[in-house]
Amino acid sequence: MEANGTHLLELERISKSFGGVRALQDVSLAVGTNEILGLFGDNGAGKSTLIKIVTGFHAPDSGAVVWKGQRFPHLTVAHARDLGIETVYQERALADQQPLWRNIFMGRERATRFGLLDISGMRAETEKLMLEFLRFTSQAVTPDSVVGSMSGGERQGVAIARALHFEAELVILDEPTMGLSLMETKKTLDFVRGIKDAGKSCIFIDHNIFNVHEVCERVVVIDRGRVAGEFRPSEMTVHELVEQLRHVAETGHLQGAAA
Amino acid sequence: MSTVRGSTGVAQPLPARPGAGLRWRDAWRRYGLQAGTTVMALALWIVFAIGAPETWLHFDIYSALMSSVPLTGIIALSLTLVVIAREIDLSFGSVMAVGAWVFVATGQPVLGVIAGLAAGLGVGLLNGLVVVRFGVPSLVATIGTWFFWAGIVLYGTGGKGSGTDFASGFISNLFTGRIGGYVPAEFVWMIGFAVVLWVLLNRHRQGAHVYLVGDNEQSARMMGVRTGGVRLLVFALVGLAAAFAGIASTLESSYFWPTVGSGAMLPTVAAVFLGGTSIFGGRGTIYGTFVAAFVIGAIEPGIVSIGWTGLLTQVIYGAVIVGALIMQAFVIRRAR
Repeated sequence: MEANGTHLLELERISKSFGGVRALQDVSLAVGTNEILGLFGDNGAGKSTLIKIVTGFHAPDSGAVVWKGQRFPHLTVAHARDLGIETVYQERALADQQPLWRNIFMGRERATRFGLLDISGMRAETEKLMLEFLRFTSQAVTPDSVVGSMSGGERQGVAIARALHFEAELVILDEPTMGLSLMETKKTLDFVRGIKDAGKSCIFIDHNIFNVHEVCERVVVIDRGRVAGEFRPSEMTVHELVEQLRHVAETGHLQGAAA
Repeated sequence: MSTVRGSTGVAQPLPARPGAGLRWRDAWRRYGLQAGTTVMALALWIVFAIGAPETWLHFDIYSALMSSVPLTGIIALSLTLVVIAREIDLSFGSVMAVGAWVFVATGQPVLGVIAGLAAGLGVGLLNGLVVVRFGVPSLVATIGTWFFWAGIVLYGTGGKGSGTDFASGFISNLFTGRIGGYVPAEFVWMIGFAVVLWVLLNRHRQGAHVYLVGDNEQSARMMGVRTGGVRLLVFALVGLAAAFAGIASTLESSYFWPTVGSGAMLPTVAAVFLGGTSIFGGRGTIYGTFVAAFVIGAIEPGIVSIGWTGLLTQVIYGAVIVGALIMQAFVIRRAR
């Protein structure tokens, strides 16, 4: 446990404007250790901006990112990554014509001092990941399989496995199920649960309320740059949730939540 | 600790090892194109050997090929890395002339070689800088530098050549001697280049990055690959190889022509693509280029030796290249 309790990441009263447009206003939220937090909100609500601040891509105008109790008013991308914050973008972080093992170790190849690759080590590690995390039981996939031949859900799994393998403590998934079929979405959600099993935390962003309800322990709703409220899916049916979100869209806050 | 833990408490039935059919598919994907290139080379050899056994069953023709093919083959091997990185370099013909010119201009054998190679490396780096720093597409950038450096050499030499008497002896033997009286040194150098580049491409971190940059540059950059540095490296290598080939070519003919390298374009570029390297990046092999360089080099003497007119050479070049590219498209589709 960290010095300040159970929070891995806290956002402290973050505000951010772009040329006079307020993207985020006084946003505070926390991600617990080993928690899957959903981030839900309409297009333009500020989710992406929030994520870019967490990953060090944007600096907030005011407020700070707090990681394990330590305040970072000016986080950089490289620093965020060193801390263990890793973002998984759909489709955008794999090299399709290359084998699985080269994708897992992309940019972080295991090599000697002279840069010579430890190929057998990387292949063995990939095989282990396939068994332990990806659980690719189908015989169609080996460490030498090219990533372009895999399904959307499998590719998402590869990207998540890679993040965890390199000791990400917080995996940020930005719309991981976009464009995936039902079966592939299910696979992806299983991989998200795998993050929990691995003892790590996750911020899960998705437009689909069913996915959010199914996989997240806690959901923070963002509306027009503010936190509209939060809820626990375990205490609410999907139907109630949809009603709540309709309410948010109309009023800007959850029913029963302080405005 | 570098592995994913978790879920290990639950006993999972171990998946069976991949079946033989699967290994076969992976193998086809990895080696299919190389096998195709090999088959093509053998088929061509059989045609020539049947058509003109007096030529193709004696060592002389191979000795000739082993001294001529490397002059473009060494460049083609380096160019393979550029194409895998989804770039192209068309300026190498002029860089041959730059390297050879600097070599003869120093008038000293060892110093001249070092200066010539350094000049080639520098010009290659400049090509890379134009592409990486200024974002100029390499196709047009290197057409520009191709003319520029050819012009510099013509202007600097006044269009006049010069002899290489100053470099007879050790340096001349080093580049163009006959090992054991038979094997041309150029061929040994080409094997040397091939081995070093193969290790770089397949067993070194930089080579891994060459494939990644060519496959998906955005992904590579997001995963921390220094994509600019990788591209600088491959352009610099082509410059170095071109200068080397220019010096060797000059020593082979014992005379420096300012137009050395002007005929290098077709055989070099053709060897890269005939060898199975994808113009779309991310795919290609040193082996394929090596074999294809000899296929390209053997076409003209082959045609002449079986009694056809040399005027058919270009027809056969074109047919072989188009045929090979169709075969590659077929192999790649089968591997999906």
